[in-house]
Amino acid sequence: MTLCVAFRHAFPGLSFDISFAAPTPGTTVLFGPSGAGKSTAVAVVAGLLRPSYGRVAIDGAVLADSERGLFEPPERRRIGLVFQDARLFPHLSVLRNLRYGERRANRRSSSSLPRAAPLRHCEERSDEAIHGAARWPWIASPSARNDARSPSATITLPDVVELLGIGHLLDRRPHTLSGGERQRVALGRALLAQPRLLVMDEPLASLDAARKDEILPYLMRLKTTLKLPILYVTHALEEVARLADTLVLIEAGRSIACGPLEEVATRGDLPLAARDDAGAILTARAAAHDPARRLTLLRSDGIALWVPLVDAPVGAELRARVPAREVILATDAPEAISVHNVIEGEVRAITDEPARHASLVEVRSGRSVLLARVTPDAVARLQLVPGSRVLALVKSMAVEVFAPAGSPLDRTGRRE
Amino acid sequence: MTTLRWIECISRFLSTEEAAAILSPDEWQAVRLTLRVAGWSVAGGLPLAILAAYALARWRFPGRGALDALVHLPLVLPPVVVGWLLLLVFGVRGVIGSWLLDWFGIRLAFTTAGASLACAVMTFPLMVRAVRLAIEAVDPGLEQAARTLGAGPLDRFLTITLPLAAPGVLVGAIIGYSASLGEFGAVITFAANIPGQTQTLPLAIYTALQSPGGEAAAARLSLISVVLALAGLLASEWVGRRLQVLVGRRPAIGR
Repeated sequence: MTLCVAFRHAFPGLSFDISFAAPTPGTTVLFGPSGAGKSTAVAVVAGLLRPSYGRVAIDGAVLADSERGLFEPPERRRIGLVFQDARLFPHLSVLRNLRYGERRANRRSSSSLPRAAPLRHCEERSDEAIHGAARWPWIASPSARNDARSPSATITLPDVVELLGIGHLLDRRPHTLSGGERQRVALGRALLAQPRLLVMDEPLASLDAARKDEILPYLMRLKTTLKLPILYVTHALEEVARLADTLVLIEAGRSIACGPLEEVATRGDLPLAARDDAGAILTARAAAHDPARRLTLLRSDGIALWVPLVDAPVGAELRARVPAREVILATDAPEAISVHNVIEGEVRAITDEPARHASLVEVRSGRSVLLARVTPDAVARLQLVPGSRVLALVKSMAVEVFAPAGSPLDRTGRRE
Repeated sequence: MTTLRWIECISRFLSTEEAAAILSPDEWQAVRLTLRVAGWSVAGGLPLAILAAYALARWRFPGRGALDALVHLPLVLPPVVVGWLLLLVFGVRGVIGSWLLDWFGIRLAFTTAGASLACAVMTFPLMVRAVRLAIEAVDPGLEQAARTLGAGPLDRFLTITLPLAAPGVLVGAIIGYSASLGEFGAVITFAANIPGQTQTLPLAIYTALQSPGGEAAAARLSLISVVLALAGLLASEWVGRRLQVLVGRRPAIGR
């Protein structure tokens, strides 16, 4: 199943031409600088903006198609929108805020029948509209992840209260809540409206670092617990690393890349890899804990990494970020060295970065890719060219690991 | 609490015989009529005022400027002119007036209902302004949020916009009511000065001043007017503040 979005729209002085397709369920992150057009894309998806040309379809249901003159108003789209500024109704208690969308969803489901529309059409068009979509053949294929809940299952109030930890807030008024609590309630309210797509427009942008750390694990947990397609907008790399399955890069009103996170983050020709904090992002599972050595083994497709002990059950899905400047390249295996991780791979591409006097080397191992930012001199000394065999050395301490909020298996129960 | 106790004390005083003796039965009649006329004027005018205020605050449509001007016209026209225009439109031979009389047997000119209509038209701009300010102060983002949660236009208006604008709506109603108590020119032109039917307080004061030795009656009625006007102003202030807290705009003081 797919989420297909394509639109063109011009405001005085700026124009947008954005299109992407992403598999569902899964989290699609729109990433780009402020003013690039991310929020405009959200408005188009939610129906709050009617673009001059546009098409929005999710899982076969067409919500807007300017060519056929079709435009569902927002109140009929079943798209749960979480705004940057929460937008809780100030005259209602938290509980009645939560119930607002739920009641209307129940009324709707008892009266109207779902409109299904066929849509090969959508996949064909968006494929050609998207840069290099052919590189990711699985984009149009159904997702393999079918473990959690079925998409048709109803999200109930107790579910949401438990998931977001907001039980103690139900009788309060919105103005008495902290920023983080407000966002959690807004998220719960959107979920209870039984959306077919959850859209979050920079939900953490107005929060300070501590509040962000409070909410991010909940978002990761939401992603794994509910089988709900999510469209997430941000300009913060950490949120990308933690949440994205599919990443869409947006710059100056254009979508410049769309594909699986691991791919888009590690391509030297895309702006993400040009950042100072460039790095590979791996979707991994905690494969084993070694409490005696105080290490955890993470496994992703093709790469095994030892990292300092992670507070997550074995089998839990985690995200690991390996910063490019922390990766050492070698052609011979070093001996007697503190580094735990020596990963064998093949050079996929080398991008010269003249401004930094550096070279960005993409190292493929299995289906995963690591990035290493080294000096051009090192590339020359090791005689690296695309296709060379190479060893990537990764310090355990350099790997950033992101875990979702405590599941029932959580050993320490750090979060309520 | 103290405000409620004041109201209780005043109403208890008003029901005593001493209070009844302050004014003559005719004067009491004028007071009661005035309150009734003002009540009907608000009851009829407020819903329309809310509609006009919402349209002016939220919709962009051709003729919006014209509607805005039309709504404000009674504020700048001489009240006598408004009364005369009402006669033209709603008089027995007026465009709408003759139709109402022929089909429903309703006559507005020179009746109590006509006095209410004149008051409603004159105070309409005041009510629209108060309500419009309140509606404009409601964050359209909240209406958008309600929309994405599945609320249609009327649903959004009734569950989000109107409750959040309630303080302004109530203040508008109170101001409209208070202003109706004092309406003179339009009432005397359209509804005339018929004791017991259209002679409201200001008309009664005017009549008292015109008759020899009527100064004392005029003074008593004027005092009543001052008291009613003050009560209206205080009430609007108090209600506005309380409701702001109730709709969560402002945290209650001392919480």
